[in-house]
Amino acid sequence: MTDVQDREESRTQRDVLIRARGIRKSFGSQQVLRGIDLDVQSGEVCCVIGPSGSGKSTLLRCINHLEKLDGGQIHVGGELIGYRRSGNRLHELSVREAARQRAGIGMVFQRFNLFPHRTALENVMEGPRQVKREPAAEVRERALALLGRVGLRDKAGSYPAQLSGGQQQRVAIARALAMRPQVMLFDEPTSALDPELVGEVLETMRSLAEEGMTMIIVTHEIGFAREVADTLIFIDEGVIVEQGPPRDVIAAPSHERTRAFLSKVL
Amino acid sequence: MTAATDRAVRADDGEDLAIVPRRNPLNLVGIVVLAVLGAMLVHTLVTNDNFDWGVVKLYLNAEAIARGALLTVELTAISMVLGVLLGIVLAVMRLSRSRVLSASAWAFVWFFRGTPLLIQLIFWFNLSALFPRLSLGIPFGPEFVSGSANAFITPFVAALLGLSLNEGAYMAEIVRGGLLSIDRGQSEAAQALGMRPAKTLRRVVLPQAMRAIVPPTANQTLSMLKNTSLVSVLGAADLLHATQIIYSRTYQTIPLLIVAALWYLAMTSVLSVAQYYLERFYQRGDLGASRRRLFPRRHAAETAEADSPKAVS
Repeated sequence: MTDVQDREESRTQRDVLIRARGIRKSFGSQQVLRGIDLDVQSGEVCCVIGPSGSGKSTLLRCINHLEKLDGGQIHVGGELIGYRRSGNRLHELSVREAARQRAGIGMVFQRFNLFPHRTALENVMEGPRQVKREPAAEVRERALALLGRVGLRDKAGSYPAQLSGGQQQRVAIARALAMRPQVMLFDEPTSALDPELVGEVLETMRSLAEEGMTMIIVTHEIGFAREVADTLIFIDEGVIVEQGPPRDVIAAPSHERTRAFLSKVL
Repeated sequence: MTAATDRAVRADDGEDLAIVPRRNPLNLVGIVVLAVLGAMLVHTLVTNDNFDWGVVKLYLNAEAIARGALLTVELTAISMVLGVLLGIVLAVMRLSRSRVLSASAWAFVWFFRGTPLLIQLIFWFNLSALFPRLSLGIPFGPEFVSGSANAFITPFVAALLGLSLNEGAYMAEIVRGGLLSIDRGQSEAAQALGMRPAKTLRRVVLPQAMRAIVPPTANQTLSMLKNTSLVSVLGAADLLHATQIIYSRTYQTIPLLIVAALWYLAMTSVLSVAQYYLERFYQRGDLGASRRRLFPRRHAAETAEADSPKAVS
């Protein structure tokens, strides 16, 4: 049995970690998501591509309830995100409850969003210390280990302004990992980087994928998606136009819109 | 070979020539003008007997004046602390999603910024004319504590009420401006880590906003220090009022005003030093911020240092 088959095999036995059904979202009169269904299994790497303005980032932000929904439901690890069901209604959760849910979902932003008044180490320690109230010594040790993982242990005392874009994004990944999330969301993590710095961030993400982290990655790096993703999803105008194993989607797209988009980015 | 190509070749020589930074000849003119004005100032201070330096020295640490200065410092410190706290609350209310909170904060600022401080001070002092009895209790229900307004509203309390409510209105706008200057991505990142709004504000947004908040707040503190002299209308003996009492008796107006001015200068100097350290504290992470100029001086050594944080990216 090959490695790939092995992974496929074991995945069918795993649970669906993220289940989205009928997600709708509008900003004013503009409908950004028009009914998205998505299943992501535990350990799966799911890359989302699509033209800008297609709703990719909004979908990601709905998964950790940074955006409220206009319709549909999202479950992460069996838990309904952002709402509580009673009868036929979904009541929005309290700020406290929503915060607790987000703590288990890691997010990495296009523009890093590191806290500029804290060092790399303090950025990584912030979540476990302030949100989970874990003991300082333990958090510090884990944070240093995570910085080591992303290759930045020697930058622990540096402020974000002293780091390159690629280094900042790797610290941001370590910061998200420090919360021990069950899933990691990446919102165009390399789009704000100089071309020569993209590689180091993708390398970090690749190693995360190899360790079995469940990841949803909105990206324009088709080459990376082809290599690392288990599933490639193409979104256009708020709907999933096409999805499947990346090789199939890229080599033989079945929809004209997918073909047109791929011909522009490849 | 033509003359033009000849020149071009010479320019291209690659000889290592010393680079001379551009000098600004107006600098020298400015120095001369300032030196003359400075000399005139010193001359008149020394030779004009009407300054009466002897009297200045006599009253500089007179007890009445020191007590006035103490009251000024007390009023400034307490009203600023209350004003800043109120300002933060009002700014957060104003930026809240709730229309009720936002509108009430707006209305507060509208009223307290829109009426003269002097009117507010006198109003609070005369509160008993409006409400002879003050009480604490359930609206339209039982009262827990109550008493005469005249006994509660002393000149000091009236001064504190007037100064801090007025200050809160100004601080609200300063804090709001600071909060708005922080990128939305910062609070989103904090939320994504699972922080609740209060913690996001306290740990992430406010510390960064402080950089924009501190300089105007220092301004406010200095003007508060001087505005406290308004409380003399309530009969409170602050620094200025204390000197006024003395010179209305002795007619040594100029020397006593100099005494007051020296005290104010001393107090504002201390505050300016505090501002410097406070700004430095909130500039953590922004390396080279204290050397920042609107138009940077371009000397080789400074340039290298000021640019270093960005040079990495």
